Amino acid sequence: MFDKILPYLLAGVSVGGQYALIAVGYTMVYGILRLINFAHGDIFTAAGFFMVYLVAAMPLAVSVPLVIILTVALGFTVERVAYKPLRSAPRMSIMISAIGASYLLQNLMWYVTGGLAKQYPVLPWLSDTVSLGAASTKVVTLVTPVLTVALVIGLVMLIKRTKIGMAMRAVSRDFETSQLMGIKINSVISMTFIIGSALAAVGSMLYFTNYSTVTPTVGAMPGLKAFVAAVFGGIGSIPGAVIGAFIIGICENLIKGAGYTAFSDAFTFALLIAILLFKPNGLFGEKLSEKV
Amino acid sequence: MKKVFALVVALVLVLSFTTVAMAEDTVKIGVFEPSSGDNGAGGRQEVLGIEYANKLKPTVEIGGKTYNVELVVVDNQSASDKAVTAAQSLVSDGVSIVLGSYGSGVSMAGGDVFAAAGIPAIGISCTNPNVTLLCDYYWRICFLDPFQGSVMANFAAEKGCKKAYVLTMLGEDYGNGLGYYFTDAFQKLGGEVVSETFPEGTSDFSAYLNNAVKAGCDVIFAPSATTYASLIIDQAAAQNISFPLMAGDTWENSVILDAAKGKNIDVYVSTFFAEDESNAAAVEFVSGFKAWLNENSDKLTNNGGNDIVAAVSVLGYDAYNVALAALEAAGSVDPADIAAALPSVTYNGITGSIAFDENGDAKKDMAYIKKADGDAGAFVFEKTQSVAELEK
Repeated sequence: MFDKILPYLLAGVSVGGQYALIAVGYTMVYGILRLINFAHGDIFTAAGFFMVYLVAAMPLAVSVPLVIILTVALGFTVERVAYKPLRSAPRMSIMISAIGASYLLQNLMWYVTGGLAKQYPVLPWLSDTVSLGAASTKVVTLVTPVLTVALVIGLVMLIKRTKIGMAMRAVSRDFETSQLMGIKINSVISMTFIIGSALAAVGSMLYFTNYSTVTPTVGAMPGLKAFVAAVFGGIGSIPGAVIGAFIIGICENLIKGAGYTAFSDAFTFALLIAILLFKPNGLFGEKLSEKV
Repeated sequence: MKKVFALVVALVLVLSFTTVAMAEDTVKIGVFEPSSGDNGAGGRQEVLGIEYANKLKPTVEIGGKTYNVELVVVDNQSASDKAVTAAQSLVSDGVSIVLGSYGSGVSMAGGDVFAAAGIPAIGISCTNPNVTLLCDYYWRICFLDPFQGSVMANFAAEKGCKKAYVLTMLGEDYGNGLGYYFTDAFQKLGGEVVSETFPEGTSDFSAYLNNAVKAGCDVIFAPSATTYASLIIDQAAAQNISFPLMAGDTWENSVILDAAKGKNIDVYVSTFFAEDESNAAAVEFVSGFKAWLNENSDKLTNNGGNDIVAAVSVLGYDAYNVALAALEAAGSVDPADIAAALPSVTYNGITGSIAFDENGDAKKDMAYIKKADGDAGAFVFEKTQSVAELEK
């Protein structure tokens, strides 16, 4: 029995880890700006394309850090251009700006790459095949959950222990007051986008090593599911996003394994509706308290 | 001031007359193909075949007058919803006849637009029967899925396969159709079939492959767009799948070779044309086409970065020549005349002789099965299969 479930569990944990790295980006931005950054999935895709083009021109040791730097620069730019000018505007305007940024990025990638699928470069070691009993998979499948958990623990430490982390917590609690206390809001927000984009870049490396085709719209589905994961775990909560992502990844694969392949996506989104109905704050969401 | 105005008006008039005069000598052929999206890679190769044919034969004799042929290329983005807009732009551009498309779904979507405008279209590699069956203005020069499905089912049975796993994309006309005909034929041969579908945009096929292994299948038949194909091949190799993968004509693409490169996996495809035919026209085409690709780096990039001749390029070449034959037979550039002339057009193409039946389908009775050789970076000819052999 376990032998039969094992391959699905493996795939589920691996997919869950990739969703988690994207979901953290969603949840951090939401925690601070109360904004759902729809462009996040496209930043993830862009990281994939950066890798495709950079590896063609330079060795892997240079291109991997460069991909992270470029992705961070892209996330930073999107924030500066599309969100910062709208900081005092109603929340709906900035949300629509986020949707616009998402489509702009998607179509830009469509234009630049010609809309054809690109083959992701093979990363040594990560792409090797390993056998685990009856199941056989890529090394990256096993690395993903470990790396994800390590990165998230690092991130939680950063938020709990450092000065910038303290500033982030303060800003997420109360925007105006922290500004009055002398916290440089803009740099805190930029930092959030930088961390989120860097995690998306790492996530894209893991994701595309497993699923080696990059197209301009490839980020849409993982982006949406990561968003569901963030809501499931309680948007604004980092551990919640990670746990939500693993649950969704595993459930999805088990459902496919049970033979309901056509419904695996439907399940994810049905889950979103169910959570919003019964537990609007998610598993670990902050309680809504009315400020008087 | 008035004089200047009069002069300008006169100039505009003269210019418009000259352009009209020039337009009279040009016949427009619409190229309705995807150059982006899931089938973009294959669509580009098909366009290359048309462009090459246009370069060899840039003019056509219609009613005793020489016309320049102008290709109007649109991108239908491999999507049925985008295809309608692309088809409309061809109609408003005033094309006399349309070539394409690569896929069946977009051809059906565009077919309604062409039928409403009364413009005939020649399908190139859209293999679903409904393309011509449901549209009176669609003709086609390739074989059909019922044939292709039974070719692959017979091939699988010959390989000793007993249980097939058929994987198609939910709601895709091409894959579902071909999967259905394969299933039908394979069951008639005494085999078992497990069918599953995946939603659009799927990247993770590991669960599907696990299902195939769990069900005890010994062959996977996965007719799908090349974007999904490379993911399926890559993940099948990672999961050490030892039995063969099979698919239809879309998989005969360098994307598949890239995906299979250096991996221990067997991939078989059925297709329209094989390079090693003892056919003088084919040999001449292949060498000429390769030279043309290598002269121009843009064309080489569109072909996937190498000079491997795809069957769809050859079909594109044949389709262009069929269109010219239709224009000559009609003796007019009026779409209605061309549509009336098309049923009786015959043409001896590189992919075999082309004559249309009552549905508008070419009477093609040969398919070529090839194996993707990742190490050699090429498709290796495996065998031919004809309708007559199947009926025995």
